[in-house]
Amino acid sequence: MLLADAAAPAWSWNLIADFQQMWSFPFMVNAFRAGAITAVVSAVVGWFVVLRRQTFAAHTVSTVAFPGAAGAVLLGVSAVYGYFALCVAAALVIAALRGSGDREESALTGTVQAFLLAAGFLFIALYKGLLEGPQTILFGTFLGITSTQVTVLAGAGIGVLAVLALIGRPLLFASLDPQVAAGRGVPVRALSVLFLVLLGAATAEASQITGTLLVFALMVIPAATAQTLTARPGLSLALAALLALAATWLGLTAAYYAPYPLGFFVTSFAFAGYVLARGGHALHAVRSRLRPSPPAKEVTA
Amino acid sequence: MTSLLAASPLAQPFFLHALLAGTAIAAASGLVGYFLVLRAQVFTGDALSHVAFTGAMAALAFGYDLRLGLFAATVAIALLFGTLGRAARPDDVVIGSVFSWLLGLGAFFTTLYTTSRSTTNGNAGVSVLFGSIFGISASSAVVAALVAAGICLTVLLIARPLLFATLDEAVAAARGVPVRLLGLGFLTIAGVSAAEATQAVGSLLLLGLLAAPAGAAIRLTDRPYRALALSAVLAVLEMWTGLLAAHALPQIPPSFAIMTAATAVYSATFLIRRPVTRTAAPAGA
Repeated sequence: MLLADAAAPAWSWNLIADFQQMWSFPFMVNAFRAGAITAVVSAVVGWFVVLRRQTFAAHTVSTVAFPGAAGAVLLGVSAVYGYFALCVAAALVIAALRGSGDREESALTGTVQAFLLAAGFLFIALYKGLLEGPQTILFGTFLGITSTQVTVLAGAGIGVLAVLALIGRPLLFASLDPQVAAGRGVPVRALSVLFLVLLGAATAEASQITGTLLVFALMVIPAATAQTLTARPGLSLALAALLALAATWLGLTAAYYAPYPLGFFVTSFAFAGYVLARGGHALHAVRSRLRPSPPAKEVTA
Repeated sequence: MTSLLAASPLAQPFFLHALLAGTAIAAASGLVGYFLVLRAQVFTGDALSHVAFTGAMAALAFGYDLRLGLFAATVAIALLFGTLGRAARPDDVVIGSVFSWLLGLGAFFTTLYTTSRSTTNGNAGVSVLFGSIFGISASSAVVAALVAAGICLTVLLIARPLLFATLDEAVAAARGVPVRLLGLGFLTIAGVSAAEATQAVGSLLLLGLLAAPAGAAIRLTDRPYRALALSAVLAVLEMWTGLLAAHALPQIPPSFAIMTAATAVYSATFLIRRPVTRTAAPAGA
């Protein structure tokens, strides 16, 4: 790790001093900015992913960023193009194949994913050069995010969120009850394709920071936590974004002080929140079953 | 003829090991994959394959044999997924949340391994992720073949009740088939075969070996046992094609060649127009 030989920072429990020290490095400031953008965008897109039960598709789209990056480097262009090209392409492929039945859809999605990952491995084997090793692409790094990258991320993020805001209401309707929505004249299929493209764009963007395997964590875990905590759409959407942001920033802080990968911390914080929420939910369910306590009910249960 | 044989890949021991292990692993993956696709649990297979990575890296980080971690982690998580869901079919979102955390954990163990142990094998992570079938030793190949044979036998033994429980859960349960137990048992087998296949094609790619031959077999025939056999045969043939192609073109990693063969066969099945389009999607899925 680069950080270890740079400063060997230590947590001093003086919060203000600690943050001042951490933010005196421009790369940390950029990492916090980029982390905030990716966290909010992925959480909002991920909220719809969880609602629509498309986690497998989301996972496939996110893994595809790996061959995208490797292929772009092999061709000598910037990895950003590779991320966007392949993530959006994979989203379109999955969208085209949708509706062929549960079984076929999952077999297809799996094959698309495995083949493209294999292609990524081929690109790396062919390149053999300066590519920073597959593990960085897969698990991400927050060192060396430039200000330009942050600007590009912000632009793409705003774009994704704007489109999502425009189609949010019909998409929610189409996700919750596709048949009724179709009957009311909502273009369910077109919305589904558009949503997958948005998913591709959001993934491509987040992959650059969290690594292709871990962007999925930011999409699914905060959204699943938020939907466990509240059933109200607006509230849980905001909660998901907030949880993702918290996990990312906490993860960045932890990764700055400890020599372990950012992805590990981000997923761990997010997952801890999820476990707490599910635990609290289960506890609440048990207690509300016990509290009314008509003795007859206790016996039957 | 003899000179042809001497030049053929079969004269090289590493290729023979790969062929032995690969054939057994492919047959097992084909059989297990058919049920994964039929039960619409491919995502579970995907999660198990990622868990294999974390398990392998954890074992390496703590100084144990990599295979120990592979099998322990995949079986444990398979059982966890089995107990989390109703009738041993866990929810997508639960799988997604659990396994994305496990992947993060995998990244953690990778770092732990590469920084704390004297890195005799700095590429261990990459070979777990993407497989190294041409590097398999004679003894590992025999172990792999034996484990795979065990998986195949078990799948064939429970094929009948499992098929019943998969196609019509309610009726099967009413007839006294232990649906839940079968579901758990099947997930365990899936876990073992995921651990097993990781050695050949790597944890990221074994999904293709599970999904593609089975998907192709299901497109080619509607009859369950024929599809089950076809899935295994296709997987083995694709494995052979991949191994031969990778041997002929050394720049190409064998995992890529195997995946390409599997994807090509699966894509080809879409060119065959089926006379009857089956629209009987499972109602409760």
